[in-house]
Amino acid sequence: MGRFAIGRIVHGVVVVFCVAIVVFATSRLVGDPVGVILPFEATHEQRAALRHQLGFDRPILEQFGEYITNLARGDFGTSLLQDRPTISIVLEHLPATFELVFAGIALAILIAVPLGVVAAVRPGSLVDRMSVSLSLLGLSVPEFFLGILLILFFAVELGVLPASGKGGIEHLILPALTLALPAVGRLTMIARSSMIDQLGQAYVQTAKAKGIPRWRVVGIHALRNALIPVLTLSGWELMRALAGYAVTVETVFAWPGVGYLAFQAVREQDVFLVQTIVLVVAVLVVFVNVGIDILYRVVDPRIKLG
Amino acid sequence: MSSTTRESVDAGHERDVVRGRLYGVSHALRSGLSELWLDKAGLLGLTVIVLIIACAVFAPWLAPHEPSEQSLLNRLTPPFQSWDHPLGTDGVGKDELSQLLYGARTSLVVGGAVVLLSGTFGIVLGLFAGYRGGRWDSTVMRVVDVQVAFPGLLLALTILTVVPPSLKSVIVVLALNGWMVYARMTRGIVLQARETPYVEAAEIVGCKPRRVIFKHILPHLASPLLTLAVLEFAGIVVAEAALSFLGLGIQPPEVSWGLMVASGREYLFTAWWVATWPGIAISVLVLAVNLFASWLRVAADPQQRDRRFAQTSRLTQTTETR
Repeated sequence: MGRFAIGRIVHGVVVVFCVAIVVFATSRLVGDPVGVILPFEATHEQRAALRHQLGFDRPILEQFGEYITNLARGDFGTSLLQDRPTISIVLEHLPATFELVFAGIALAILIAVPLGVVAAVRPGSLVDRMSVSLSLLGLSVPEFFLGILLILFFAVELGVLPASGKGGIEHLILPALTLALPAVGRLTMIARSSMIDQLGQAYVQTAKAKGIPRWRVVGIHALRNALIPVLTLSGWELMRALAGYAVTVETVFAWPGVGYLAFQAVREQDVFLVQTIVLVVAVLVVFVNVGIDILYRVVDPRIKLG
Repeated sequence: MSSTTRESVDAGHERDVVRGRLYGVSHALRSGLSELWLDKAGLLGLTVIVLIIACAVFAPWLAPHEPSEQSLLNRLTPPFQSWDHPLGTDGVGKDELSQLLYGARTSLVVGGAVVLLSGTFGIVLGLFAGYRGGRWDSTVMRVVDVQVAFPGLLLALTILTVVPPSLKSVIVVLALNGWMVYARMTRGIVLQARETPYVEAAEIVGCKPRRVIFKHILPHLASPLLTLAVLEFAGIVVAEAALSFLGLGIQPPEVSWGLMVASGREYLFTAWWVATWPGIAISVLVLAVNLFASWLRVAADPQQRDRRFAQTSRLTQTTETR
């Protein structure tokens, strides 16, 4: 177990290092940050001066070495527009994103598991067919459009919930719901199919034969095993939400998290801020990934992962 | 003399092969279509896809206006009010219907190009990794592992801050993000196929690796990869729309559904239709592709068919015993 955990963590560190390489390479080799920072009419001398000031005129390996040592010291660079260390800007915005993402995924699990279980216990019933259509819909409607539909209905038409910004719990409802619905689709499907699998197992037959009440067989014996894939997939949904949906959903609702920050930073071409956001989110995603792998083994000791 | 007979035998053989192949194709088409008729959801999906492709192809003839034509006199015309603008106009008076028709082109072109690029790249790498094994395999799979863990949208963000966004850069960025799914799946199937007697037989007969890979193993991959490609297509359509929505994808004056949704955001409280039509268009296309893919997954793979059959029979069994 210990060796396994260490192996996963080392792999995670390697991934983060590769992300750092990619981020470095895109800024120095693919594009030219100097062209982005300076206005179009800047003279050649001004460009050269800035290039020298940023150290871009030195050998590429030397630059990379300095970049990595700076990262290791916690120096992620300075925001071009706010003139502050980028890392402190990102850390300020992280709590809002955590709040939104955890609320969204928790909501998704709370909706998906009961729905999937009922659908599995009564295949072909109304709930079953509803859960299938719901998940197909959740898969097909892009999350940014879903957010807009919710705003149109709850904020514009009914006027009961705020359309954007952050404040009390009422501000959290629409963005969390938007983040949850695509996940609900996938989680319901996996809960349903793994429950169907479990109900066909011999131990369920045995439990029934012993005269254990049906709700106990389904709700305790089968559910505990059926939840394992749901758990793994939830972790995966958490990753997806952090790394992808957060950007679009936060932008739609002007939710002041890291995703919205990324949107603004890209808009304003604040290169170093974007790079810091990417690195921080990559670390988070890798961390969650390693966590899932380890947790997965703790929950189900039968599983042997590389 | 002997050479002539051999030639004629070869020609005859070739004719048979061609006829057999034609028969195979037509048979597969016919049985596929009859099965599609049974799966109404899949049929609906395919119909909608064909309709959208037709809209994209015939956009110049169908559209009442140029998609970029602005008329500030007709700003925010509500839908269903005039034949001139059946679906209304947006904030600068551009016709919604015309933009939708042309926007279909962007979605389909980006989806098709990305699937083609990333699919080809991923499949070739996966084939060699799986067949050669050893160092090839471990290198490719390590890269795949790292990239799977790397959040895709973030890679797009890093690249699109320093490279000016355009149709081409969107295609390249999305293709860079998508290839490893194909590589991983191809490698897995190749590893399985390598152990099968027919591949062993081909190797014993003396086929060169390239022939074994492309003639014997690749056809085995066709059906799962086709399904994967169709599903990926749906994902790419959404990804392009999301990038364009964020202002990192297609740039005006070119048209994209995601861009239209973004421009409609400003008018949510006054003109609901500006963001709604393109959003519905994206959802309908993606839903249709998903429905078609779920039919294809079962229809293109005999093993899946069996599995589905077994599962339904087990389902009925469990309900019966209850």
